[in-house]
Amino acid sequence: MMKSAEPVLSVEGLSLSYDTPHGELLALRDVSLTIGRGEIVGLVGESGSGKSSLMQAILQLMPGAARVTSGRILFEGQDLVALGPDGMAELLGDRISVVFQDPMTALNPVLTIARQMIDIQHRRKESRAAKRQRAIEMLRRVRIPDVESKIDRYPHEFSGGMRQRIAIAMALMAEPALLVADEPTTALDATLEIATINLLRELQQEIGCAILFITHHLGVVAELCDRIDIMYAGELVESGPVGPVFADPRHPYTQLLFACDPAQIVETTRHLPAIGGGLPDLIDLPEGCVFAPRCPRADDVCRMQRPADHSAASSDLVRCHYPQAPRLEILP
Amino acid sequence: MLAYVAKRVTLAIIVIFTVIAAMFVMMHAVPGDPVRSALGPRASEAMIEAYRIKLGFDLPIWEQLLRYYGAILRGDLGQDVISGTPVLRVILSQLPDTLMLIAGAMSVAVIPGIYLGVVAASRRGGAFDRVSSVLAVSVMAVPSFVIAIYLLLIFSISLGWFPAIGAGEGVAGKLQRLVLPSIALGLAWIGYLSRILRASMLEVMAENHVRTARAFGISRRKIMHDYVLRIAILPTITVLGMGIGQMISGAVFAEIVFGRPGVGKLVYDAIANRNYPIVTGTVLVTTTFFVLIGLIADLLIAFLDPRVRNVITR
Repeated sequence: MMKSAEPVLSVEGLSLSYDTPHGELLALRDVSLTIGRGEIVGLVGESGSGKSSLMQAILQLMPGAARVTSGRILFEGQDLVALGPDGMAELLGDRISVVFQDPMTALNPVLTIARQMIDIQHRRKESRAAKRQRAIEMLRRVRIPDVESKIDRYPHEFSGGMRQRIAIAMALMAEPALLVADEPTTALDATLEIATINLLRELQQEIGCAILFITHHLGVVAELCDRIDIMYAGELVESGPVGPVFADPRHPYTQLLFACDPAQIVETTRHLPAIGGGLPDLIDLPEGCVFAPRCPRADDVCRMQRPADHSAASSDLVRCHYPQAPRLEILP
Repeated sequence: MLAYVAKRVTLAIIVIFTVIAAMFVMMHAVPGDPVRSALGPRASEAMIEAYRIKLGFDLPIWEQLLRYYGAILRGDLGQDVISGTPVLRVILSQLPDTLMLIAGAMSVAVIPGIYLGVVAASRRGGAFDRVSSVLAVSVMAVPSFVIAIYLLLIFSISLGWFPAIGAGEGVAGKLQRLVLPSIALGLAWIGYLSRILRASMLEVMAENHVRTARAFGISRRKIMHDYVLRIAILPTITVLGMGIGQMISGAVFAEIVFGRPGVGKLVYDAIANRNYPIVTGTVLVTTTFFVLIGLIADLLIAFLDPRVRNVITR
């Protein structure tokens, strides 16, 4: 794996809010995240944690009501927030690519695979035949059987797993520096998920691109990723290398999240563990730490003051007042 | 695909024959005697009786219907009660003027309708979208005959740009006299088409595959044209097909207001004279036309949408 000093992507103190009829919804607050060259970073969090907002901000495909209020998103040293739609359109599908969540709806239903794969090569000044040939080769690399005859078919003629492989082929065809994968395996069944993960890793090693892998499946992160970033209610609460963070998570939320992973449960149980309470209202945030209302260890300091980002033994970043505190006693 | 076409054609024939039966019964329920109105007040009872038998009006209604079906299959739609000319020939002589009017109305409607729909959807919520929405609703709300009368008052009578009535002679004359009726008939359809297309465009623009196309840096223009419009146009084709079919009867008012010959004018006069064969013949021709256009629209959609095409081929 190639790694160099300058990261591919560096999100610095990013805050993003949505204008809603009820007030300003603070979807991301002071989020910092770094992806090194050729690195695979897993971004984890429950629904509503801000994963999707962060992804949309990185791709600059935000809904109209969204506004970046502070911070920068540096891609190879270039600030994407200041870039504007035309500059961003130059990068998308070339230096930055995406694989979306639902393979059944991510492809255009009335255009053939060939047509769509030729269209995305719009930057190349080549004949259609050359573009078609490149598409055929890329589909072979993702192991679509019998490519020459299948390439002129429509998306609905392929299975979900095949469609997701086609989407991966499309995303990697330009050999991007960064691939954003938005829950690419969530819609697939378990065996297809493993096959897709293996394929993604194999292609990543050949191409050498970095991957931001968004998921809520911790097992996939442990298997595939170099680093893990955990989000909660619009903040990045913990970040670090996969091995150490899984061995010794420092943020109480991370500890509880890991304890709730069904894969971690050893004994037969009638009750799946869960974290009590719910996400805070992002329009009217609690005064102190955003996790304090659900945190078993919260004290007056937690409820009154926003925590700063600390580094701890295993994690590079822990947004908690007590990063060195002993692990929580989590009862099943 | 062939099985699908065969199925649709069979269905179309059933529809046509059902419509004929319904119309036949309704025509006979209308008070008034077609034989008396054909022969005039001074005809003797014997003459009336003889003519009634000659036309088959003495038979029970179901037998008349069966005979009529048989005649249709031979291409015989009966004779004009008043002039004695074969009905088919009378209708065919009037049909080109009506078809020209429909083609004119559609040329007025289709291009502006599609343009307005696409631009309004691309600039949703903008000034263009709002203004075009108001205009679309206005042209749909005003009855076509009111538009026709105002067009006549302004462009024929005040400005004298277009002749007020008639079908005209020669290509230039015919085209000149086609302008105002086409606008009168087509204007509301600019509204319908643009509204339907706008809604359908917005729906498609929210689909995931459009986000995928954007994430590959494909230009907005190309996305709108190749990725969105291609799908959004499908429901519009169905509506357009029904619109064209409906226009053949909708043409009545335009033909009367503008004093044009045509199928609408023909059936209007025939009803007034209780000229049954003309009325039934016209309804038969317009129904066939309506069903045929619907069939073409469905086949066009099947051709344009691979998802439908596949279901059919299976």
